[in-house]
Amino acid sequence: MTTTETPDTLRRILDYSSRADPYPLYAELRKTPVAQQEDGSYVISTYRELADILHNPHLSSDSRNLSHPTAGAEEQTTPAFINLDPPEHDRLRRLAMRHFGPPHTPGLVTGMEGALTAAVSSLIDDFAGKEQIDIVDDFAYPFPVTVICHLLGVPREDEPRFHLWVNDLINSIDYNPKTDPKEKLDKGVQARKDLHQYLGGLLDQRHGRPGDDLLSRLANDDGPDGRMTDEEIVATANLLLIAGHETTVNLITNGMLTLLRHPQVLQRLCGEPDLVVPLVEELLRYEPPVHIIPWRAAYSDITVAGTVIPKGSRIMLMLASGSRDPNRFHDPDRFDPDRRDNQHLGFGSGIHLCFGGPLARRETQIALSELVRRLDRPRLVADPPPYRRSPVLRGPIHLHIEQGDG
Amino acid sequence: MTSADNLQAFKRDGRIVVVGASLAGLRAAEALRNEGFTGSLTMIGDELGEPYDRPPLSKQVLTGWVPAGGTKLPRRRDIDAEWLLGVPAGGLDLATNHVLLTDGRKIPFDRVLISTGVRARPWFVESEAALDGVFIVRTREHAEGLQRALAAGPSRVLVIGAGFTGSEIASICRERNIPVTVAELAPAPLVGALGAMIGEVAADMQRAHGVDLRCGVKVTQLEGDAQGRLRRAHFDDGSTVDADVAVVALGGIRNTEWLRDSGLAAGVWGIACDTGCRALDLNGLVTDDIFAAGDVARCPNPIYEYRLISLEHWANAVEQAEVAAHNMVSGQADRWPHLCLPVFWSIQFGVNIKSVGVPTFADEVVVTQGSVPDHRFVAAYGYRGRVTAAVSFDNAKWLDHYRRLIETAAPFPPPCPTPDQPADMKPVPVDFPGPVLLAQGATVVVTGHDPSERRVTAAYQHR
Amino acid sequence: MRVVVDLSRCEGYAQCAFLAPDAFRMHGEEALMYDPNPDDARREQVLRAAAACPVQAILVDQLEGRDAPAEASPS
Repeated sequence: MTTTETPDTLRRILDYSSRADPYPLYAELRKTPVAQQEDGSYVISTYRELADILHNPHLSSDSRNLSHPTAGAEEQTTPAFINLDPPEHDRLRRLAMRHFGPPHTPGLVTGMEGALTAAVSSLIDDFAGKEQIDIVDDFAYPFPVTVICHLLGVPREDEPRFHLWVNDLINSIDYNPKTDPKEKLDKGVQARKDLHQYLGGLLDQRHGRPGDDLLSRLANDDGPDGRMTDEEIVATANLLLIAGHETTVNLITNGMLTLLRHPQVLQRLCGEPDLVVPLVEELLRYEPPVHIIPWRAAYSDITVAGTVIPKGSRIMLMLASGSRDPNRFHDPDRFDPDRRDNQHLGFGSGIHLCFGGPLARRETQIALSELVRRLDRPRLVADPPPYRRSPVLRGPIHLHIEQGDG
Repeated sequence: MTSADNLQAFKRDGRIVVVGASLAGLRAAEALRNEGFTGSLTMIGDELGEPYDRPPLSKQVLTGWVPAGGTKLPRRRDIDAEWLLGVPAGGLDLATNHVLLTDGRKIPFDRVLISTGVRARPWFVESEAALDGVFIVRTREHAEGLQRALAAGPSRVLVIGAGFTGSEIASICRERNIPVTVAELAPAPLVGALGAMIGEVAADMQRAHGVDLRCGVKVTQLEGDAQGRLRRAHFDDGSTVDADVAVVALGGIRNTEWLRDSGLAAGVWGIACDTGCRALDLNGLVTDDIFAAGDVARCPNPIYEYRLISLEHWANAVEQAEVAAHNMVSGQADRWPHLCLPVFWSIQFGVNIKSVGVPTFADEVVVTQGSVPDHRFVAAYGYRGRVTAAVSFDNAKWLDHYRRLIETAAPFPPPCPTPDQPADMKPVPVDFPGPVLLAQGATVVVTGHDPSERRVTAAYQHR
Repeated sequence: MRVVVDLSRCEGYAQCAFLAPDAFRMHGEEALMYDPNPDDARREQVLRAAAACPVQAILVDQLEGRDAPAEASPS
């Protein structure tokens, strides 16, 4: 293990200038699978080590187990299950899953197919007459937001309000006290408060009023594990709103970008609609929406690849790097929708595997299929497109395309 | 087959016979073709029809969801084989390299893979086993018959034996709201495989789901009515239970009788082989052209002091088939050892039970994560201070971590705490019932004095 | 269509039960029960489920009914 070069590599990865193509830097990072940083934290970047540690019960998602918790936006009074360990994590995730998927609600995602297709079609209908389309603003952002609002029971017309909060919140996730203005953190903290207050207000209206949306069902349903407290419901809704909001947009946009960069695959997809299924898996490996798990904590000493990570250490997991590890994936920098044994880390792994993965998959499969089917000779206006700030939830901020003879 | 030229010729034009056309046999055949074997491939199986999967037979099929005939195994590739089905093998002639079929046919081979598996141990009194309503579960015909009997709404089902299969069947009876009695000789269900602590949990689950669980008792007689239908079972404590269906779930018998005079180290415990799946002869010398895989194979495992272990596990059949197939078409230097840790699963009473390693190779067990009363936990098994196995109840996502602990001989009990470690975490003796006597008395006799003339001969017992 | 799940690999993520609920069902929180011979009408769903498995434990027949063995009659 060396600590000489990698701190600089990580700094360069986090720096905005490498946002369009962090992959060569990931390759550099992987030379040291477990790299200690100057601040004492650790960065893990290789597939085997990532897969192992995501199944390691000594890895904690609870910031209270960090020996030096930053006064960052991760501090919350009531964490959502993404920031908790078993048994609390398991209980809350089970309670939420009761209303989202198997075993209690197995048909929810397949039951949404019609609504997903309709939402996609209507957005594409609106492309008509436009010379330029922004895949982000005109499609990949509004589509999943509509879906998650409907699912949660959040009024779609409130979107402009929480859009700002979510933006500030996401921007503060990778807050670095050394380089970032304090304002970035403060805005994130305030946004979290505002969002909590907003969701709390919605929740208050749902008590005693059974309905089909997630907020109503969480507020009124009693399962074998009891009911979530209001604070827990707000934390859960907050998590699902952000995740349903900020990740699928990247997956769809990265997907369209990747297809436009691989015209032969795009062409194939037109004639072979089933290709979209393995294609989205490959996308989750090749251009995933979540690149980094910014921190986890060593609950006790953890040995990874011969390195002992001491109890209390902060650990950063470079998922997108792991999915490009040549020791796991043949020719990893090639986008290959026919790839077999594609056990990528696009949705993480272990008990924290993405809660909404099945929905995100169907949204992206339907979105890309319909875009490819209905766009007429789509072309990128700029490559690379401009990217959003975050190195964690990475994706273009705009993706302008032209189509037809325009 | 020593030179590379010979190996190439064998891969091109050789003759491979696979005896046993179930999971291990099929996967080996596919792997042989994947490895580039283009010679002739013959699949011999005693059951008619294509290879099918067995685990669903005691689960999805018995719930009535899936028809017994609907478990044919998917194919990974074309294997271009000649199938000789419906006729069991009756012998193996190693002097002339022929498999003898019971109908008199002789099938020549250059190399042979034995994957004849196990069959269900029948009820020990033949006339009682023949009663209407008495079942075993191994083949799809068995499962189909039992499913029909369950669908008819029996007044009570008696399950004899509370191992994994018996417990799964009891679970399905309760799911179908059929009254069920489970009779087990040991003090608790699953105790022979997983020890007393887990046995208690299993007993708890059964009773919580309304199973009439009777442990420490032996069924002595199955009594029929005048029409030859089962109506009652008698126990060794003098008690009885009225039941119109009985499922005999007393484990399996390895299908090795046909190898009796073959000169291979084959017996009730299976076919002894090396980690490369090459069969040993009676003297314990490794053979070159005879391979074994699946339930019938008995391989040494270096992690467990090189003890010979045979496993009736799905994954074991798949992994050994791959290793055996590879080694059948590879030179000595390229051979693979079969070093996978055993992994096992069982689905019962709504709980996913999984294990990794060999739980019987342990002296202590400790709950490392979760809650036993909630039936959501992981328990680690240790032998003389190292981790040798782990069992999870609805906690499978952690099991891979324990696999690595076993593979690295990590200390037991695991010293580092986890967030969900129980407050009273303390190792307890694993407490298995006494060793199960697979074969009583000697199975071989050694003769000769000089090292050059000492030899083993088989000594068969009446069972 | 023929399907087999390597349940020794399965960690109970339930992605298949989300995407093809007629063919894959969770029995309790973690145990998977599946139909090894789902209707061809479910083909798209089953292929989506197989692709989504985080541990790639779902095998779908690659031959589509070819290579059925000739059933030898005992003679």
